[in-house]
Amino acid sequence: MTEPDDSIPRRRALRQLAAAGAAIGAAGLGAWRLFDARKGDRYFREIRHSDARILPSFAVNRGTDPVTMAIARGTDPTALVRGAFGELGGLDRFISKGDVVLIKPNVAFDRPAALGATTHPDVLKAVAAAVRDAGAARILIADNPINQPEGCFFKSGITAAAGQVGADLVLPRPSAFAPVRIDGEVLSTWPMFYEPFAQADKVIGIAPLKDHNLCSASMTMKNWYGMLGGRRNQFHQRIHGIVADFPHMVKPTLAILDATRILMRNGPTGGSLGDVKRGDTLVVGTDMLAVDAFGYGLLDRGPDGPEYLHRAAARSLGSTKWKEANWREIAV
Amino acid sequence: MRITRARVVSQVFFMGLFLFFAFVTQFGYLKGYPVSLFLEADPLVAIATAMTTHTLYRGLLWSLVVLLPTLLLGRVFCNWICPYGILHQFTGWLFNRRNPAEQIDSNRYRRLFSLKYYLLIGTLMMAAFGSLQIGLLDPISLLYRSFTVAVLPGIDMPTEWIYVRPHVHRLAWVVGLLLVFLIGMNLVIPRFFCRALCPLGATLGILSRFSLFRIERSIDACIDCDLCLQRCEGASDPHTNLRKSECFVCFNCIDDCPHDALSFAFAAPVEHQVTWPDVDRRKAVLAGLVGLFTFSFSRRSGDLDKNFQKEVIRPPGSVAETAFLERCIKCDQCLRVCPTNVLQPAWFESGIEGVWTPVMNMRMGYCELNCTLCGQVCPTGAIQKISIEQKLGIAGFEDLGAVKTGTAFYDRGRCLPWAMDTACVVCEEVCPTSPKAIYSRQVEVTTRYGEQLRLRQPYVDPEVCIGCGICEHECPVRDHRAIRVTAVGETRSVDRTLLLSLVEGDGENNARLAGNPEIAERHTGA
Repeated sequence: MTEPDDSIPRRRALRQLAAAGAAIGAAGLGAWRLFDARKGDRYFREIRHSDARILPSFAVNRGTDPVTMAIARGTDPTALVRGAFGELGGLDRFISKGDVVLIKPNVAFDRPAALGATTHPDVLKAVAAAVRDAGAARILIADNPINQPEGCFFKSGITAAAGQVGADLVLPRPSAFAPVRIDGEVLSTWPMFYEPFAQADKVIGIAPLKDHNLCSASMTMKNWYGMLGGRRNQFHQRIHGIVADFPHMVKPTLAILDATRILMRNGPTGGSLGDVKRGDTLVVGTDMLAVDAFGYGLLDRGPDGPEYLHRAAARSLGSTKWKEANWREIAV
Repeated sequence: MRITRARVVSQVFFMGLFLFFAFVTQFGYLKGYPVSLFLEADPLVAIATAMTTHTLYRGLLWSLVVLLPTLLLGRVFCNWICPYGILHQFTGWLFNRRNPAEQIDSNRYRRLFSLKYYLLIGTLMMAAFGSLQIGLLDPISLLYRSFTVAVLPGIDMPTEWIYVRPHVHRLAWVVGLLLVFLIGMNLVIPRFFCRALCPLGATLGILSRFSLFRIERSIDACIDCDLCLQRCEGASDPHTNLRKSECFVCFNCIDDCPHDALSFAFAAPVEHQVTWPDVDRRKAVLAGLVGLFTFSFSRRSGDLDKNFQKEVIRPPGSVAETAFLERCIKCDQCLRVCPTNVLQPAWFESGIEGVWTPVMNMRMGYCELNCTLCGQVCPTGAIQKISIEQKLGIAGFEDLGAVKTGTAFYDRGRCLPWAMDTACVVCEEVCPTSPKAIYSRQVEVTTRYGEQLRLRQPYVDPEVCIGCGICEHECPVRDHRAIRVTAVGETRSVDRTLLLSLVEGDGENNARLAGNPEIAERHTGA
């Protein structure tokens, strides 16, 4: 007499054992891979440094003792731009054929150009046209305004200007930002509107000359504030240190100060034609400190520049003593 | 071409038009498109706002374009034009897993479908007293609101197709899940919203009693197979005496009848139809009473007057609060077009009547100075269509002064220069008026460590402040801001003004503020 055979077939038993073994193995492997041994020392804070980018220098080497700053005086934006570029030896010494050129105007506010709170579209257009003539393949125009971006670009006339010269507006969408390693005195790593920089071979900043309520003046250095993202409203706690970090953070090919109109008061927003005065001046240079030191003089505020200029000069990020450098002036 | 095919073409067209308008209703794409056309053509909006305001605002005359065909053909709007109805039909079709017998049963008329008439009666009763609540369930308002508050921001999240700076809306999950629920109900009862809840459908149902055409069944040809019910959208009993008020004129029954017993007939005999909606008179009276009591209870809650909330900051150009509740249909087109995301759907801060109406939330955004887009798209004039000059009180509007939406106040215990010996004044930097409403005074302070420090401490000039809230928006004290705008000082209502100088100045002060001494002089009589 035999026992009833209710045992499972050998083959099925082996299959089940194999499946169970694989499942146990997979669970173990998964747990091992996902296991996080870090203690909560620094891990519990948001760390920005992990994937930070480094911004390259966009400055151009032009041999010994080149002209570093050109001041053009006159009323016609195109003549001002061409005249100043000419004094610097021609724009083709800065722009190579096929370059992608990023132009960074100050479009911080949703204002018509006449109010002087933004870079004037005629100046931008003249610069972009000259850049195109110098052989640039593509021109990008980018800013991360304080007010709503599309409104700022549209009402300041920059959208129309970009369309007329065939430049591409790059809007500050969230995915266009990345942390950038600055290693400045105040800013270490900060989110930046990085995408246009990543595409660009050359970078030109065009800043209007403006009064500023906290740091006295907004010029070519302060203009780079507009390429940062994140909690910018903390900058004002150490505004001079921050602005002095900018010439360290960005080494543009050229910095242009648009003083065709000057916002004399109620800056940086302005808001009334009464705040604006004609300046009929355009300054182009490779040293932002020199350009800003000259520009500050146009605001009629005495010889002492804003603190950030002195701080940046003390760090040898440029020279405020523009008169000692190789500069030119032209009337157009 | 079969007429049902023509209907599908029409549905695709109108859904496409709706989506196009919903997409272009933003700063960068507005090029004079009539983006609020669906809302303006909505007869319920026209009728209810005419009841609350005794006027017909601007584009609402377009509602005749829907009204007149209804009087001729019945509820064609529901199945040919209405984007919300189209959405329901489409999802019902997509998720339909019923067999033919179950389908026929799912399309039989139910008493539940008379609910929409009682909802209409209740909300119209409130409208008669000046409280516009039809927008809660009006399909066009509901769909625009759902798209603006939840759907489009959701689409933008992975794609960045819609916004440059992403818009978020408080309670988007409520609005979004409500949409999901109402659409999901199609799996339980086909066209549940359209048949049971839609107050616009109820309006058109009542009006379609006059229609000259309707579906007519030939009793001789009919073999009572009920196949006409298989795809009947309205549950309108085409297999027997047609319920005129329920028929969506989708023509599926004519398609499906194997014996050609059904036709779209002119002046068909009245004895073969149910002319009036299935509404019980006593229940109708009860619905009206509920509306009446809801109105009186909510108006005695104090939300509009004695206990109005400081957070109820209405967009510039808004009419005074009681008039606002007479006009706002909660379509949230203003939220959609707002470039800064400052406009947010209200919850109960403006009372039970104000749910989903627009309020400004300065943590989300701020009011852009040179912008009046919200008033441009408002279909009912709750936010009036004003010019930039009117808003700023310039170029001919100096005597009226700028439109103020509220006033900013400092919380000095939280302000960095006031409380923490730390430089800041971001608020002053971004203040858009000229002269700035926010100004600062330089002070010398000695810190706790004996250091001498020069600081600028900010103040608000309430005469110049327009309540745009950019100061609050940019304030670095992120949670409870150190400067906050509240509704007091808003120019739309005398009750909520703050400074006598701005109320009783006869324009003189306003003109001075606008920097126009000539006009100021005219007002002083000099």
